[in-house]
Amino acid sequence: MLTFIVFFPLLGAIAVATLPREEEWRAKQVAALVTTATLAASVIVLTLFERDEAGFQFVERFRWIEAGGFDIQYFLGIDGINLVMVMLTTLLFVLAMLISWNIELRPREYFAWLLVLETGVLGVFTSLDLILFFLFWEVELLPMYMLISIWGTGRKEYSATKFVIYTLAGSALMLTGILVLGFSADPHTFDIRELSQAEIRDVLLPLPAIFFLIFAGFAVKLPVFPFHTWLPDAHSDAPTAVSVILAGVLLKMGGYGMIRVCVTILPGVAKDYAVWLAAFAAVNIIYGAIVTLRQTDLKRLIAYSSVSHMGYVLLGIAAMGQVGLTGATLQMFTHGTITGLLFVMVGLVYNRTHTRDIAQLKGLAHNMPVIATVMLIAGLASLGLPAMSGFVAEVMVFLGTIDKHPAATIIAVTGIVLTAGYVLWMIERVFFGPAVERWRDLDDATEWWEQIPMAALVATILVVGVYPAILVDIITNGVEPIVARLV
Amino acid sequence: MENVDRLGPEIVLLVAAAAVLLLDLVLREKRWLPWLALLGIAGSALWTGTFVIRDTQGTAFDGSLAVDDFSIFFGFLFAGVAALVILSSMDYAERFVGRYGEFFALILASTAGLMLLAGSRDLIAIFIALELTSISQYVLAGFLKDGRSTEAALKYILLGAISTAVLLYGMAFLFGLSGSTKLDGIAAFVAEADPGTRAALVMAMVFMAVGFAFKMAIVPFQMWVPDVYEGAPTPVAAYLSVGSKAAAFAVVLRVFYEGLGGDFVSNDWSNLFAALAAASMFAGNIVALVQSNIKRLLGYSSIAQAGYIMVGLAAVSTVDGTALGASSVLFFLAAYALTNLGAFAAVTVVSHCLGSDDIADYAGLARRSPLVAATLAFCFVSLTGLPPTAGFIAKIYIFNAAVQADMVWLVIVAVLNSVLAAFYYLKVVGLMFFREPPEGAPIKWSPPVGVALGVSMLGVLVVGVVPGPLIAAAERAASVFVR
Repeated sequence: MLTFIVFFPLLGAIAVATLPREEEWRAKQVAALVTTATLAASVIVLTLFERDEAGFQFVERFRWIEAGGFDIQYFLGIDGINLVMVMLTTLLFVLAMLISWNIELRPREYFAWLLVLETGVLGVFTSLDLILFFLFWEVELLPMYMLISIWGTGRKEYSATKFVIYTLAGSALMLTGILVLGFSADPHTFDIRELSQAEIRDVLLPLPAIFFLIFAGFAVKLPVFPFHTWLPDAHSDAPTAVSVILAGVLLKMGGYGMIRVCVTILPGVAKDYAVWLAAFAAVNIIYGAIVTLRQTDLKRLIAYSSVSHMGYVLLGIAAMGQVGLTGATLQMFTHGTITGLLFVMVGLVYNRTHTRDIAQLKGLAHNMPVIATVMLIAGLASLGLPAMSGFVAEVMVFLGTIDKHPAATIIAVTGIVLTAGYVLWMIERVFFGPAVERWRDLDDATEWWEQIPMAALVATILVVGVYPAILVDIITNGVEPIVARLV
Repeated sequence: MENVDRLGPEIVLLVAAAAVLLLDLVLREKRWLPWLALLGIAGSALWTGTFVIRDTQGTAFDGSLAVDDFSIFFGFLFAGVAALVILSSMDYAERFVGRYGEFFALILASTAGLMLLAGSRDLIAIFIALELTSISQYVLAGFLKDGRSTEAALKYILLGAISTAVLLYGMAFLFGLSGSTKLDGIAAFVAEADPGTRAALVMAMVFMAVGFAFKMAIVPFQMWVPDVYEGAPTPVAAYLSVGSKAAAFAVVLRVFYEGLGGDFVSNDWSNLFAALAAASMFAGNIVALVQSNIKRLLGYSSIAQAGYIMVGLAAVSTVDGTALGASSVLFFLAAYALTNLGAFAAVTVVSHCLGSDDIADYAGLARRSPLVAATLAFCFVSLTGLPPTAGFIAKIYIFNAAVQADMVWLVIVAVLNSVLAAFYYLKVVGLMFFREPPEGAPIKWSPPVGVALGVSMLGVLVVGVVPGPLIAAAERAASVFVR
């Protein structure tokens, strides 16, 4: 089942890439069909998932490479944490295909690369062997490079290269850490499940060094200040769907990796250095929010708000407890949907106005009431209004951290105020005010492929906001064994 | 007869070379010659295959030539390399009017030398094999007979002669100390050497390492590489970058692991190789960043790749019980051979059709010729070390060996270098895919060249997805070094 979920998009990519030239326009249909099938498969996994059963389910494993000192398994499995991530990924990819419905430039390649990207991301979320995990981690680079460079805007090649180089530098250190970790375990293994039970000794490097080598790779991806500078460039120059995926899913790979690898395998080190993580998280939140306030480009604004919001994830991880880790995972899911929705909306606005400069936009609500309303919903969710999913996640993070890192938490809470500031101010400048002559002839979101993503994401945000137990129960299942080792 | 049997693969190649030369005189239809050469290579590979089937393990000529898993591995590897080089040069070689046959004959002779090199267990045999392959290569480098090509050949021969002299000097030292030219004799001496001879032994070692480093294209003995690659015919550059490099690594593994593997000096050469590896990676990658000629870029990239392989070499001595370092070197060599030959096959097509090696002329290549661009891009992805390619597995495997040999610092140097490398590899990929193509000569290739492109691209993919069999083969070949 998991193998199907991971590799079906890849098959789809091959199918799309080999479409004959006359049938080029079918690319989007095939891609939408493939991603929908993948989503359906992950919904089946969700319904069959046993919430009360500890450990990994739907396990698929066989030995991929057998060699002295270099045993690698093909090992996929699902627990509460990555199930939520898989759901988020498969959902957002369907919406990404829809939102790309009007792509005309080289459509076969575009949809094929997006599907390859989905395979890479799903592989990261389901792999339970570190080398396999690393393989999928690297798979994502080339599609992103292509997608940003060919279909992006502005300084697209610069941004794409910057993205690749930052990620590669992080993953280079991560690879070293993984290899040392595998060798330091007794017995030698790259199996995440075995590693979390094995005794890790400092035969080559002290344990904190291993921890931070691996952490570096995730910190670039999350991103943690000061490794975040690739993010605004990549986000703002990428096409809409790619921004959605980048913010919605790819950043979560960083947070997921921290929980799955760093905290799970080296809980002792994680606890010793938790206060540093909390400090970085606080800096992330406040720095990200302040920089966001100053943005004049709509897309860059949302990109920087991601930096701030991912700080909450790091803060939740730094709590090293049940509530904090659950909150962090939930925050990853909700941020995926909220920021995904924000990028969708910005994409719709940009499609119509062909500018993202906030100074030029004004009073758009007159012509596009639907877009304005949904943008307002997304914005309110983003600033953590109760009854929306962002509120639940942030409250859980704060509850989890307040007794462990009170100072960092208090600083982080002020971040909410800043968030309210930049979100509401942005919406006011762009959508409200008197109607402007220049934007008089613009249409609202009327196409079905524009409305479905909006509706789906708004529904998700509201459902999780009103009834968070739907996810929290599942996440708890995955978090419990990790917390057990942290005590 | 046993001696002849064990030298069989090399003899077949030399007979085929002679046949190509003679038929070149009488045949009107010259286009059969490369196929004859391929037939010779297939015969040689088949003969090597019978070693596996007959389970032949042993030595010939009084112990100076070995047929073991190690030499069998390289027997197949070099046959494959030569076959791919010949296939990919079929269009390009049309310009060698009047010396068409000689080109293929020289490649066959040189390949025989490479195979001999991997099997030699005697310093004198090593030297003779090295000369056999080198002299053919000197001629091949100058095969275009224009200014650039002649300069390349001259540079190659001069620097080659100097390095050979240094190598001989080291060999003479070693012989003087140990009283034997055979590697097992040397190993026996090293095992019981008294501490007073250590300095002399290290000196002999350094001289020999210098001689081999020239062939491996390791900094600081790499100066010839970019000039020779640029000036020599493109298929010859491909051949040099893969065949001659792999053979040099094979002989270094043999000499240092079998002859000088004792604890007495192994730490010294391990550290020496680690330092050379770091220098090669940095120098190769940094200088490659600013190249505007694709063959020079590949030249510097091959210097950097040699640095990665050297990481595995440095990891050889300190892992006890297993030969993880050696098997990672072998796996990397095979993966690198496929990848680099694929890249060079694509470059050969472009340089044949456009008559240019400027990177700028690769703009929009994806539109002009999807297969050539895809092969080059995929091979560059493999050289960068991204999945799902052979290069990705090779890199992880070799770094893993280094970690287990307690060389974490070297691994960090290596991984950071692969970030540098991504810059220039992806730059070319971007150029081919993101730019619109200029007007110009069409890019065409004949079926054999298409086969070379397809085989190498598919090989890189298959080894990247199912690396098990090749890793098993490499482990088996490396097992000859486990005592």
